[in-house]
Amino acid sequence: MSAASTSPVIERGTATSRIAAVAVAVIIALLAIAPQFLSAGAVDRMTALFIYVILAAMWNALAGFGGLVSVGQQVFFGLGAYFAIRLADAGLKPFASLFVSAIVVGVVSVPLSLFMLRLRNGEFAIGMWVIAALTHLLVNLDRLVQGETGTSLISLNVYDAGTRRMTIYWLALASMTALLAMLFGLLRGSTGAAIRAIRDNEDAAASVGVRVTGTKRLLFVLAAFGIGIAGALWLATSITFQPKTYFNVQWTAYMIFMVLVGGIGTFEGAILGALVFFLIETWFGGTGVWYLIGLGATAVLFSLFLPRGLWGTVEERFGLRLLPVGYRVRLPGNPTAPADDGTAPSPRQSTQHQEKA
Amino acid sequence: MSNQIIQGILLGGYYALIACGLSFMFSVMRIINLAHGSLAVFAAYALWWLASRFHVSPFVGLLIVLPLMAAIGWTLQRFLLERSARGGALLPILTTFGLAIVIDNLLFEQFGADTRSLAPYIGSLSYDSWEWPGSIYVGKLAVIMFATAVVLLGGLQLFLTHTRLGRSIRATSEDPDTAGLVGVDARRVNAIAAAIAMVTVGLAGAFLGMRATFDPYAGAPQLLFAFEAAVIGGAGSLWGTLVGGIVLALAQTLGAQVHPQGFLIGGHAVFLVVLFVRLSTSGLGLRGLLRLPSRSAS
Amino acid sequence: MSLLSVENLVVRHGLLQAVRGVSFTVERGERLALVGANGAGKTTLLRAIAGAHQPAAGRVLLDGADLSDVPSHKRVGMGIALVPEGRKLFVQMTVEENLLLGKTAGRPGDWSVDRVLEMFPNLKPRRHARTGHLSGGEQQATAIGRALMSNPDVLLLDEVSLGLSPLIVDRVYDALQGLISSGTTIILVEQDLNRALAVSDRVICMLEGRVALEGSTRDISREDVTKAYFGLHRKSTGSVPA
Repeated sequence: MSAASTSPVIERGTATSRIAAVAVAVIIALLAIAPQFLSAGAVDRMTALFIYVILAAMWNALAGFGGLVSVGQQVFFGLGAYFAIRLADAGLKPFASLFVSAIVVGVVSVPLSLFMLRLRNGEFAIGMWVIAALTHLLVNLDRLVQGETGTSLISLNVYDAGTRRMTIYWLALASMTALLAMLFGLLRGSTGAAIRAIRDNEDAAASVGVRVTGTKRLLFVLAAFGIGIAGALWLATSITFQPKTYFNVQWTAYMIFMVLVGGIGTFEGAILGALVFFLIETWFGGTGVWYLIGLGATAVLFSLFLPRGLWGTVEERFGLRLLPVGYRVRLPGNPTAPADDGTAPSPRQSTQHQEKA
Repeated sequence: MSNQIIQGILLGGYYALIACGLSFMFSVMRIINLAHGSLAVFAAYALWWLASRFHVSPFVGLLIVLPLMAAIGWTLQRFLLERSARGGALLPILTTFGLAIVIDNLLFEQFGADTRSLAPYIGSLSYDSWEWPGSIYVGKLAVIMFATAVVLLGGLQLFLTHTRLGRSIRATSEDPDTAGLVGVDARRVNAIAAAIAMVTVGLAGAFLGMRATFDPYAGAPQLLFAFEAAVIGGAGSLWGTLVGGIVLALAQTLGAQVHPQGFLIGGHAVFLVVLFVRLSTSGLGLRGLLRLPSRSAS
Repeated sequence: MSLLSVENLVVRHGLLQAVRGVSFTVERGERLALVGANGAGKTTLLRAIAGAHQPAAGRVLLDGADLSDVPSHKRVGMGIALVPEGRKLFVQMTVEENLLLGKTAGRPGDWSVDRVLEMFPNLKPRRHARTGHLSGGEQQATAIGRALMSNPDVLLLDEVSLGLSPLIVDRVYDALQGLISSGTTIILVEQDLNRALAVSDRVICMLEGRVALEGSTRDISREDVTKAYFGLHRKSTGSVPA
């Protein structure tokens, strides 16, 4: 490495990633005009897909980047819907109430984070589940909700079905795009280095002065806010609010499935996972209980045999990176990622550990 | 009121039963098994199946189900948890959560959505009670359950302190690497510990089925009860789980007095209060709420 | 045949190569001292012999049997016992419990709790005390006793004097003297050069993961060792013949 010609090159994007950036813009533009050409049913399905992408990306932000595995994220999904109901009941315009609700969820998550982020690993995971269970019970006490009977976002009925469908579609698309952009910006910005440092080794990160708790809190609040939007949007698509449906742990199960299959700790992986989940649901959702068994079994198998998920594995094999959130050092004579010296890295420190600045 | 307190204390025995396996596994292998509750429900279904299909009394059925649970624990550790734990502390959470989904839905597929109970198969035991002074009636089953918890916890304590295997388990729990250097086969010890934990889960499942009803998705609340009791019981000894179980049950009983929906709320609330107090008094660096006698800041 | 042979052993900690191609043999009844500066790879070498680290290359043979795929707990059963650096006691357990754990492998032999307590009389009153509450000397005695309880053929002693006052170190070595003169095979890592040379038949000085000097204690001068210790020997022809 002494000669100048062999010095490493530090780069942010790759040629592939610049093409990908253009492609992303084109895809978003196409998605925005897509409802003109899609059936009503297809528009609804696409809306569901956008919501899944939000859920996967937000759970991935928390677990994949913040190292915080929660099995109680349904609490924010449920609260997003519940606050929307409450705000609309208080007279807010229904569509406005969806977003104000998400902000309320984000605000609520701040004091919660002070408390919960001091738990570790499995304790945090189940601790969040307890929070979700308790919140569910408390929401049931609200007279407006009428226990498990539930209620509806009636005020949405002032719009005719077509307008409602289109509006929700565009809102979902816009929310997804905005949340992904926020996450992408966060990971590329100065916080991104801290996030990756925490992901690779929390104690080491703390010892070199990374603000571990502050960074984790940021991710926790972002995830709460995003999942809150998802819950509110889901309410808008289905109109009815039954606490049991929204505070169901199944939502977290879906998030875990999507992220685990797609690739935990990779930005693209969560999106890929949501797509995979969407397709599986479309094809096998009708098989009922076997579909759920299959989801659970797939999650177990991925965690055991492919813990980096599909995207993580592809990225590692081919050095492919579409939406680079970090830097990478390219050693001369090695067109892809630098070799790992034969030491098998643990799945948590996926290939991006070469991406540190 | 004193009647309710006694019922609450006795119910605490059940929570101690379901919690001790969870905290035992955590203290030895550092894994929180999210399929814990689902496995208890599985055991309840196994007993129910034996009783309804072959007229095997649940107490006799335990002779079949408990060894089965031990085998499941061994297999689980050897083929799932061991591999998963090598991938870091977070992966076992995902693996066991996936497992819980599989178990719950397989039970649903096999037994349908109907709620079941073992009560019809244990004769008058499900409703018989003793009258204690002060016209307090205590259910025989509740007393048996509590006594089982005490015997189990005591037995486990004796086993851990006075047998060679018990010492090996404690050594592995404290420092698996050094345990290997003194001749302890940590893999074997972990598999045995998982088997023991699953036997306690089987017992808990039996009492769950006898004292109440269950359905395929009853595992999640059982997991939460177990976790709450274990955390409330805290860092003391195994007996801490009994204290934790009793506190949880009393809070639920109190909650039910305040509001018809208050039973579960009371339990979750006391858990959070204990957690809050513990977090604000312990300062930072809280590394584990669930902790058996062994393990310290060494 | 040598009791223990180490052949071209390479051990890595991630990217760091702690042991870089070390070879040596130990005969039955021999006492080998490993010396070298901090970070020379002595502890890693001992731990690799005990099976606590997997070597990246090379192998360890005991009585001619390859130990490559033998996990640490089985090596104890085959007669290798390590007294680890920093003692690594089970601090929540009593002296007696720690000693009994040494018996887990079940090798036949004379060592018992009572015999260990005779060797280290200061442990007698602490028999049922938790080792976390013991003094450094008492802890070290327990750690040595725990290793002896497995009736080892080869005893690996890693820095038994670390963190102990000179007086206590004397006591520990006095207790070990019986063992040393009884013909037990011992490999010891020791910072105190004089002490290392006093109790050993042969000495290996390690530098940056390699053997810098190897020789019989009788033929080797303290100066040679000191030179090798600091890497000054490189100017000369190489290692001194044994």
